[in-house]
Amino acid sequence: MTVTAPSRPPSAAMRGPARRRGRRGLLGWLYATPTAVFVGALFVVPLLLVVKMSLSRWPLLTGDQGMNAPDNFTKAVDHRFFTDSVVFTVKYTVLATVLLLALGLGLALLVQESSRWNSLLRASFLIPSALGLASASLLFYVLYSPYASPLAPVMESLGFTFLGSPTAALLSTTFLIVWRYAGFYMVLMLVGLQGIPADVYEAARSDGASRWQTFTKITLPLLRPTLALTTVLCVTGSLLAFEQFYILTKGGPDNSTITVVQLIYMVAFQGQNDLGVAAALSVIVLLALIVMNALQLRAFRSEER
Amino acid sequence: MVADFRSRPTTVDEPASPGTPPAAPARSTGVTIAGIALRTPYWVFTGAVGLIFLAPLVWTAVASVAPQAGTNQVDGWGLGNYETLANYQAGIWRYLANSAFVSLLTVALTLLVSLLGGYAFARFRFPGRNILFLLTLAILMVPYATLLIPLYVLLNEVGLQNSLVGVALVLTMFQLPFATFLMRISFEAVPRELDEAALVDGCSSFGALWRVLLPAVKPGLITVGLFAFLAAWNDFMAPLILINDSERMTLPLAVSNLRGQVQGVVDYGATEAGVVVLALPCIVLFLLLQRHYVRGFMSGALKG
Repeated sequence: MTVTAPSRPPSAAMRGPARRRGRRGLLGWLYATPTAVFVGALFVVPLLLVVKMSLSRWPLLTGDQGMNAPDNFTKAVDHRFFTDSVVFTVKYTVLATVLLLALGLGLALLVQESSRWNSLLRASFLIPSALGLASASLLFYVLYSPYASPLAPVMESLGFTFLGSPTAALLSTTFLIVWRYAGFYMVLMLVGLQGIPADVYEAARSDGASRWQTFTKITLPLLRPTLALTTVLCVTGSLLAFEQFYILTKGGPDNSTITVVQLIYMVAFQGQNDLGVAAALSVIVLLALIVMNALQLRAFRSEER
Repeated sequence: MVADFRSRPTTVDEPASPGTPPAAPARSTGVTIAGIALRTPYWVFTGAVGLIFLAPLVWTAVASVAPQAGTNQVDGWGLGNYETLANYQAGIWRYLANSAFVSLLTVALTLLVSLLGGYAFARFRFPGRNILFLLTLAILMVPYATLLIPLYVLLNEVGLQNSLVGVALVLTMFQLPFATFLMRISFEAVPRELDEAALVDGCSSFGALWRVLLPAVKPGLITVGLFAFLAAWNDFMAPLILINDSERMTLPLAVSNLRGQVQGVVDYGATEAGVVVLALPCIVLFLLLQRHYVRGFMSGALKG
């Protein structure tokens, strides 16, 4: 909805306010100019450029070599790690989303009541989220190492390492992510929980509903908007996972933990140095993400009816 | 919206006061011995969960000064690992300065752009207003990596390759959806009469913003600045892709690279020290500005 000036014939009475509105419009643009410059130059232009790059031969060192569509897309899909990375990313996304939402809700229910003890708990759940993902990954890199970890004796006696097998690496990385983000999802869940009116709970209690019934019949349905938001956030974030695997596993062991974004980075800057194929992969990820988010929002909306 | 939330009976953003003894939860009926006995398992359980979240941080801080084989701190406690960190390549002061520069520039640009933009979106009607606002929010929808590849090419074109200014510009752009949204609702929460009165009194629109509205939106600015700082200080992927000169690396990159410094043998002690240096400003800011931090998260939730 854009506001256009009314196209009535300019009468003497109209000229004043119309001119003032024009001046206000101009002033509005003046204040919005920095935003427009940033969004235009660093978002819209790169977005158009990535589409152009995906349709062109574009080696890292020599730059644009002209159109070659659709070569980059066929090369991207035929990449030896393409299917594996998609499957792994989806697997990781499902695992991380289920765990984070369940734990976020669990923690929120645990510290829902207002008290000093609960404030202290909330703060301790939230502190890891102030750390950067890279810092948290470096921290767990040491914590998981068979040499420096305080758990090294446990690893030795049980004969496994946290990052040694594909399954262990996936679970260990997911644990790091849950540690880092659980507090964030707890806050979002708390906001949702506090949006549920207290008298609904009162009514349920006076009807003799059990705790479990109250949770499944009242809390969960009324929390749906929050669950929709957190699911979209968590799925989007997990599908774009990069730092945690780049730092913790470097895609290993046996290339079993390569995510899609890591594949983009590898194709662009590590060895293959093909920005065209990397751009094609980026466009595929972008489209997949838009479709996924639209589907999720529609699913949550249709359930509402 | 935020203010409305905070008036509800249970508050999320009540700051924790570290060091105070745990108080009985509000709902417990009186301080009876039976009541305390009933709540003890709850305290033990929740306390244990809280400790799981704190333990990795505490352990890292302790381990960074503890003796450890294969590090610069083999015998006794001390700062050997921090010495390794200090002497790594260009030296930690260089990387700290780089990180501080990128973070402060990002904070300054984000505050300036979102203050003016939020004002424009909240108080003015101009052609293209809604399109521009939606475009700004759309930045959230697009993956980081999708934009960093073309940004790498673009910054090369304009001579900002391998530049900390380029990194700060990119990081500012990624902050704009959250910052603009938050500043817009901050301005909209201020009664219009306030700036209209100033305009009638002969203030220019900028005067009204600077003298009358700025104090009113200060909490929003603190939240925006805090998030911009944390994002820029901690960012890994933008400098990883945009910087290739080791002199210009930011701290997260330097600590990440330091792991493999001696022929592939990882110096875990120096890595621990690096994590402590990286985490310390974030944790201090979190403890000081917890209320603003939580409110930032909540405004994200209310958007949905």
